[in-house]
Amino acid sequence: MENKLNYRIAKSKFFQILTVTLAFACVLPLIAILLFIIQAGITKINWHFLTNIPKPVGETGGGIANALLGTLIIILTASVIAIPIGILTGVFLSENKKSKLAYWTRLCVDILQGVPSIVVGIVVYFWLVKPLGGFSALSGSVALAIMMLPIVIRSTEETLKLLPDSLREAAFALGMPFHRMILKVIIPCGISGILSGVMLSVARVAGETAPLLFTAFGNPYLSTNITKPMQSLPLLIFNYATSPYNDWHDLAWGASLILLLFVLVLNILTKLITRKWKVQL
Amino acid sequence: MESTIVKTVDYNAYFGDNHVVKNLNIEIPKNHVIAVMGPSGCGKTTFLRGINRMHELTVNATAKGKILLNNEDVMQMHPILVRLKIGMVFQRPNPFPNLSIYDNVIAGYKLNGIKLPKAERDKIVEESLTNVALWNEVKDSLNKKGSFLSGGQQQRLCIARAVAMQPEVLLFDEPTSALDPISTSTVEELFHELKKNYTLIIVTHNMQQAARVSDKTAFFYVGELVEYDDTKTMFTNPKDIRTQNYITGRFS
Amino acid sequence: MDGTIMEHESVTPNGSLPLGVSVSQNAPVEVARKARRLYRQIWTEGFFKRLLVFMGILMVILLIGILLTLIVESVPSIKSLGLKYLWGKTWDPVQDVYGAYPFLLGTLLTSFIALIISIPFSIAVAVFLGEYYPKGWLPDLLKNTVELIAAVPSVIYGFWGLAVLVPIVRSFEVKFGVEPYGVGILSSALILAVMVIPYGASLGRSVIQMVPSNLKEAAYSLGATRWEVIRQVVIPYTKSGLFAGVLLSLGRALGETMAVTMVIGNTSVIPKSIFAPGNTMASVIANEFTEADKPVYLSALIELGLVLFLVTVVINMIGRRVISQFTSE
Repeated sequence: MENKLNYRIAKSKFFQILTVTLAFACVLPLIAILLFIIQAGITKINWHFLTNIPKPVGETGGGIANALLGTLIIILTASVIAIPIGILTGVFLSENKKSKLAYWTRLCVDILQGVPSIVVGIVVYFWLVKPLGGFSALSGSVALAIMMLPIVIRSTEETLKLLPDSLREAAFALGMPFHRMILKVIIPCGISGILSGVMLSVARVAGETAPLLFTAFGNPYLSTNITKPMQSLPLLIFNYATSPYNDWHDLAWGASLILLLFVLVLNILTKLITRKWKVQL
Repeated sequence: MESTIVKTVDYNAYFGDNHVVKNLNIEIPKNHVIAVMGPSGCGKTTFLRGINRMHELTVNATAKGKILLNNEDVMQMHPILVRLKIGMVFQRPNPFPNLSIYDNVIAGYKLNGIKLPKAERDKIVEESLTNVALWNEVKDSLNKKGSFLSGGQQQRLCIARAVAMQPEVLLFDEPTSALDPISTSTVEELFHELKKNYTLIIVTHNMQQAARVSDKTAFFYVGELVEYDDTKTMFTNPKDIRTQNYITGRFS
Repeated sequence: MDGTIMEHESVTPNGSLPLGVSVSQNAPVEVARKARRLYRQIWTEGFFKRLLVFMGILMVILLIGILLTLIVESVPSIKSLGLKYLWGKTWDPVQDVYGAYPFLLGTLLTSFIALIISIPFSIAVAVFLGEYYPKGWLPDLLKNTVELIAAVPSVIYGFWGLAVLVPIVRSFEVKFGVEPYGVGILSSALILAVMVIPYGASLGRSVIQMVPSNLKEAAYSLGATRWEVIRQVVIPYTKSGLFAGVLLSLGRALGETMAVTMVIGNTSVIPKSIFAPGNTMASVIANEFTEADKPVYLSALIELGLVLFLVTVVINMIGRRVISQFTSE
């Protein structure tokens, strides 16, 4: 009996150690990737790199200015589309818990969240690129906006659902109409959750390549015209990394570092802000 | 002649810096039912959970002193061995939802990896369920999961599970507070039967219950054992003013 | 609701009086002004509410639109190639031969191998965070780091995979005497496995934390060791939740495009082994969409997109169903 017991205790200890080992082993690839990209990219980044467009093949130098600007413009446009629609839909869902339409909307949002990004790209190609006769940053933004929507909607709905009904009642009792109650009471109280949803959605789409492959398509030149093709960081990285030219690989490493840092910083910021701005109920 | 089965020697229990059980010295005689009472926060449940070394499962929980089970210090033994000799029944019935009634009763053996021949397993299941007056009610549904049982039946199943391990002492932590009156009385009837083979220590909030089922009663107050006497004496002629106040309802 | 506005108008910032309280000599003008503002508010409120409903409808239309577009654009392929397209073994657009089987196989192989590799790690993280160490700065750090794994863009996984993982795999292949492609099904599965860990882990952790401590205490009181409690109480209790976590990871793996595209070798044939290059549905679309010069070619690719869409939708729905059943019990 004693022996059996010792064996069982040892087994318990063994599995504990195994679990801890496996759990921490997961983060090794992440650390490896971070370190590698830092050392591969850091030497490539300088002012020249950030302010110039890529040079044609064979010429050294060049930079990723077009991709930086392009990413900014595309994401901004996508946000302008997705944020208001997302927040309003989130409000719709949180204020209409039981209606039939809300059920279907919720279902559609959940399904939308799981749609592969490349499928979204295909669909927007047929919705915008073909009819308008060419690739454009706008179509890229629409594709990214579609991917941002479920994240913004979900976090808005979840945040607002947590707010007690007594808040709404207090507003009504003061004679506020519905829209004021939402805009002046409910949304401000839930702003930390909504904001974190927005930031997360931006972090998510900043790194998306697939939806842009057949919409924004990419552009070797600096452009601010959203009705024309535009370059973005992930697109540049994909195209240059898979090219056979070492110069372009260098550009891709520098771009990777910038993109990675951007996404990670945004994620970490989101966590910090959520904690700081949370309204105590 | 009463022989002592459980005896504590200067037992102290803490949650972090919070001194919850203070210098406890108590002797519990074999084959008796002991009721442990006291207002909320007096340390009675902590004391109970200390006996089968469940206290230390809580973060920051520590204990000092000795608890002797048949003159062996439980604090020096491995907790698992202790729990094989001392069974516990909890406030909320907690049969394992993924196991059938049969498997629930012998769960103690199964969890400990003790393999028994089928004949012996069947015998243990039947005996344990009979001991808790559940055999007739479930003998035809032993392979079903216990979710269809009423609260009282589930609690009796939990008692059967504890009893199946053939412990020497059974600990009950407010065993009927989540049950309806009829189930409560069925469980209380069990105590009279169970004490023939086991020693029962029952933490209860219900003074009438203590009066109904126990031979001796211990009254705890703010972590100290204030009074410990035959139940009849305790309730009719308490010696300490605090006991008297509690019994007469001055505080609860 | 409308009654509320009529009866209790709040004191507005400019300090005007509530309607109905005794009014001054300016009565008719005041009343008219208030009435106008009231009507405006009522109109805005109605507009706002209708706007919200419109948003809800918009989402439904969006999803239906996606589905319809995929179906409509797949029709040319469905009409001319029929259903046997799905198990056609050869993909040769130049010769106008289209068969999706290589990509179905590639997708299934990469996703399932990735799942098998990632499940032990996901469960380890889930058990570590949910059972062994739910509180503390180190577990918090682990939790946040695992979440960051999901935040890394997939194109960066792909680039790193191409630059670092593929050479390593290649040298292993040389050692084992297999064709040293480096790229291929295995490399893709490895990268996918890493990318997919956070999904199973976070869902797993949530369900493991939901196990009532009552149940665990019962097992402890019967003399079980920690591991026995986990294996015999926690895991059976959370079985369906963990399964849903696996489904979630699977859905993610199936739809992953960029990292796989960069590391799988882009060969549209049935892979000879897991060390050989191949293609997944997503990667062939990514590579060949802009090259598709014939309508049937393009439509065949879209049909793959439709299959991908339907499969991921179904898997996500099942996962949702399982979770809601688990949490309602």
